[in-house]
Amino acid sequence: MSSRSVPFRGSFTSREQVSVYEFSWLATIFIPLAAIFIQAFLPTKIRWLPIIDLPMMVVIFFAVARRNPISGCVMGAIIGLLQDLLGGPAHPIGMYGITDTIIGYMASSLGVKIDIDNPGSRFLIVYGFFVIHQAVYYGVGHGLLRQSLQWSWSHVAISALANAVVGILVFNLLDRFKQR
Amino acid sequence: MDTLLGRYKNLIVLAAILFAQIIALAMQVRRPTGEGETRLIRVWATTAVTPFEKAVVHTQKWAHDKWNGYVYLRHVDNENQQLRAEIDRMKLEQARLNEDANMARRIQTLLAFKEQYVENTVAAQVIGTSGSEQSRVLYIDKGSSDGIKPDMAVITPTGIVGKIVQVFPGSSQVLPINDQLSGVGAALKDMRLQGILKGAPNGTTSLLYIMSDEPVKPGQEVITSGGDRIFPKGLLIGTVASVEPGKDLFLNIRVIPSARLDRLEEVLVVTKIQEKLPDATDLGPIRASDILSERLPGVPVAPNVDGAGNLVGPAGAGASPTPSNAPPGTTTAKPGTATGTNPPTAAASTARPPAGPGSGVTRATTAPAAKPANGSANAAAGNANPASPPKVVRKPPVTVPSDASPKQPATPPGTQENPPQ
Repeated sequence: MSSRSVPFRGSFTSREQVSVYEFSWLATIFIPLAAIFIQAFLPTKIRWLPIIDLPMMVVIFFAVARRNPISGCVMGAIIGLLQDLLGGPAHPIGMYGITDTIIGYMASSLGVKIDIDNPGSRFLIVYGFFVIHQAVYYGVGHGLLRQSLQWSWSHVAISALANAVVGILVFNLLDRFKQR
Repeated sequence: MDTLLGRYKNLIVLAAILFAQIIALAMQVRRPTGEGETRLIRVWATTAVTPFEKAVVHTQKWAHDKWNGYVYLRHVDNENQQLRAEIDRMKLEQARLNEDANMARRIQTLLAFKEQYVENTVAAQVIGTSGSEQSRVLYIDKGSSDGIKPDMAVITPTGIVGKIVQVFPGSSQVLPINDQLSGVGAALKDMRLQGILKGAPNGTTSLLYIMSDEPVKPGQEVITSGGDRIFPKGLLIGTVASVEPGKDLFLNIRVIPSARLDRLEEVLVVTKIQEKLPDATDLGPIRASDILSERLPGVPVAPNVDGAGNLVGPAGAGASPTPSNAPPGTTTAKPGTATGTNPPTAAASTARPPAGPGSGVTRATTAPAAKPANGSANAAAGNANPASPPKVVRKPPVTVPSDASPKQPATPPGTQENPPQ
């Protein structure tokens, strides 16, 4: 168990130092793979599961726990590209890669400033980042690739709510793999 | 400089990663064929993931089968009784449908209408998805080693599912009909109006290019038209859910697929479609309704008369081209089948059920395009074979030979007219 703390003067939390967590290499490799596997497999059994984005939650979790922007965007790029590989012909490789890279960077930058151990903050983080995730994906698909994507605020809001609720559970589960 | 790089290190790394991915995206847009590095890396990823998905699916299926087959047997007896009753009911329905199908095949044979038959299928299990809302592709556990190829149709007993888009050694990628890139040649079953069924980004399916003045109503069935050369004609797609005025004079018809695309477990991949003429030689006897349907208004064949106006042969004989001079596929009047005062000959009566009195119709036979000589010869010789019923069509107007009597009165349709004695 190892723990580090980084002082940060602009933290929004009451603490002066925010803990930085580390993970074993097994957890670093297999948690994202498991998330991608579940994301690809379970929709055959649970029809509404595609609105839940488990890989994105894993990106957010690792990014805010490590609090390292470079690590966050690299992790986001890898997970996003792996997710892209399972996509169909309408899904060029790089769409989720770009989106998760940005999410990873932003989440790690935000993780330096706020405490993410609180369920309320986790709810808000996942909710907010899901909306950003959808917006970036829409921007890449519609702006760069001229794809006929549809944007529905109601759909995004409901999906973000579902992701935020599931995110709290997933974050609690992933807390077991933290090393500090 | 070092301070500047150190200060903006995070942003520089972020920009570099994003730039690399944007370049990769641009390269894929330039080469949208799916070949090359993109294709190879997808093969790697799919090959890595599918064994785990197969293992989970097959283990789950094994456990499900064991449970339902050996342990959980409640209500099985009741269900068996219900199924037996259902089978009895369906047997009756099948007999009726067989008659209809036989008649349709006879007509198709006469019209040289090629029909597409699903000859071979491969059963496959759905083992995964893309996991995203934007791409609705599915993965099945059969690949190139099982004979799967791109553009093969994927169906279920309840309706079509989609088509194969990418094939890997042990798995394949299926593009379902509700994906935004999908397009299927479709037709409204009752109205025979053809359009294109397209998927939408939100997972709905719409039938496009149906004119807005067509009376399309919710509940109508939509079937494949066969125009896309992927799906055989006549497979059920779904039912019309709503009809709204669209843009550009076309209706906006939303279709609910009959196959549960979100809960697929087992599918059939159509590996071979054969296009052939229906074989009418092994069809059963012609039913009474078929005979009645032939009794349509027509012009009776003029009898053979000599120069003095005497009848010299059975009616219609003069109008019948001999098998040797009849062009392939031409209609040949059967000798001696003109009804009225002339009774049907023995040959005609064995070849066909005799027309009832008052039909006033000369029955005609025609040979299929593939076998003109035999068919005509059989018809002319009255060579009736119960196993190969004569091919029947509605009688087209028979050309009155030039040597027929000009005194032959015009016969109103449907009336009985005695030939001149």
